[in-house]
Amino acid sequence: MIISDETIAYVAALAKIKLSDEEKIRAKKDLGEILGYIERMNELDTDGVEPMSHAFPVSNVFREDVVTNGDEREEMLKNAPKQKDGCFVVPKTVE
Amino acid sequence: MEITKKTACELGKMIKERKISAVEALTEQLAVIKKRDPEYQCYLTIAEEEALKEAKKVQKEIDDGMYADSLLAGVPIAIKDNICTKGIKTTCASKMLDDFIPPYDATVMKRLKEAGCITIGKVNMDEFAMGSTTETSYFKQTKNPWDVTRVPGGSSGGAAAAVAAEEAFIALGSDTGGSIRQPSSFCGVTGIKPTYGTVSRYGLIAYASSLDQIGPIGRDVTDCATLLETIAGGDPYDSTCVAAKSSSYRAALKDDVSGMRIGIPNGYFKEGLDCEVKEQVLKAAEVLSQKGAKVEFFDLPASEYAIPAYYVIASAEASSNLSRFDGVKYGYRTSEFENLKELYEKTRSEGFGDEVKRRMMIGAFVLSSGYYDAYYNKALKVKATIKKAFDQAFASYDMILGPTASTTAPKLGESLSDPLKMYLGDIYTVSVNLAGLPAISIPCGEDKKGMPVGMQLIGKPFEEATILQAAYSFEQTRGYKRPMIDERKIR
Repeated sequence: MIISDETIAYVAALAKIKLSDEEKIRAKKDLGEILGYIERMNELDTDGVEPMSHAFPVSNVFREDVVTNGDEREEMLKNAPKQKDGCFVVPKTVE
Repeated sequence: MEITKKTACELGKMIKERKISAVEALTEQLAVIKKRDPEYQCYLTIAEEEALKEAKKVQKEIDDGMYADSLLAGVPIAIKDNICTKGIKTTCASKMLDDFIPPYDATVMKRLKEAGCITIGKVNMDEFAMGSTTETSYFKQTKNPWDVTRVPGGSSGGAAAAVAAEEAFIALGSDTGGSIRQPSSFCGVTGIKPTYGTVSRYGLIAYASSLDQIGPIGRDVTDCATLLETIAGGDPYDSTCVAAKSSSYRAALKDDVSGMRIGIPNGYFKEGLDCEVKEQVLKAAEVLSQKGAKVEFFDLPASEYAIPAYYVIASAEASSNLSRFDGVKYGYRTSEFENLKELYEKTRSEGFGDEVKRRMMIGAFVLSSGYYDAYYNKALKVKATIKKAFDQAFASYDMILGPTASTTAPKLGESLSDPLKMYLGDIYTVSVNLAGLPAISIPCGEDKKGMPVGMQLIGKPFEEATILQAAYSFEQTRGYKRPMIDERKIR
């Protein structure tokens, strides 16, 4: 399968990653080969087959909407790359 | 250092009988790790201080009469580094989580603590469990204890190698497309991928949520059954985890396969399978037949489409699951950025390795508008077809027998340059995850170079007991074979 530069740019944007020129060339080759192989699925006739996302039947699980965890703010913030006044710090998001 | 040659259950019994203390056993295990790990590179974190503290506490509790029902109280265990351990670094072998210390325990870790197991450390893996050789780890290259020029397999390569090298009595791995069974096969140990929903995934850092399962790796079937019994069972924190129908796996450990109906798919023994692997697996089938099992060949349709369907589904789920790594709440954050978009892109580009990026891009592609139906939806239909083929096979057979992997362990450095070729190696394992079935890999022979070959037994949903019984019975004819570990060669 031939993958265009636009497709690589598009999937990289969707995946929120930036690729170097070298990585782009590699990605075009690898994705082309892998997606080409994946297309072999089309040899299998699946007309009338329902798509199955889960191997066994699952149903929604309900519970009462009550708080069960304690105040773990400090604990959770310990892993944050940057924190201030008990909050995560992010760049300005609204102009 | 003889104590580290024991199985986990043998050690558990010795601790109970006061022949050795949990602290002594741990100290011996740590000494072996310090000697051998510079060579085999299994561990990412050795939690020496925490483990010693825990062993002292557990020993005191054993002395006070606790853990009467646990066969593994005081036994040290190694944990794959994608399972969250409270207070102990959990990296997924990624730069992205280099400094991540989970504020909570995975459900399996809680169950291990309730059984008195001692977490000795975290073991190496492919980055975010994506790979078949443990070579995509950001941190180190684990070696196969049978031949240090070869890979241990993956993605639970550190776990399988640690158990084989006697750097751990037993370990927990995870299996999304073969990541417990294939490294077990390559390292000559036993590993189980349980039925989807048998073991809670709460606290397992997600790769492909509809396929992931945690399972045991050990030096014999008894250890694996015992550890599985310890961790299995419903969990309110994982709605896909159901209380297993049969959770007494140890009761299945009987040397009897008479009347068991075992099917061997014809397609498993065609092109692509190494002839020495084929020979050993067919020999093992013959052993089971001589012990009274009814073994016959049959056709299992659609299995050749498992790999493409697997890589579509797993990559799609990965691209969604890994979007949480954004440099805000935990993990790596790039040092310089202008705005939020750049923070995300630079963080993820610098924090993830090549294989992870590749799968996220495949996932983004197959889920994107215009391609969703042709790829993702088609893969879900293929999955349904594969599941149906297994259901039909299980109307005639109690289990399905085949190789775990198409070859023995390849040389280091040979696999990553050709990702498609690496993916094709998963042919015997991925269909099991797509159909949600239980399967065990058990050593059944060696090739001419002396590298271990694994046999895979696939069972009906939630009927782990049947494959455990057959595996146990086969094991009695062979015993456990250890890799030659030349202490003199180890620095």
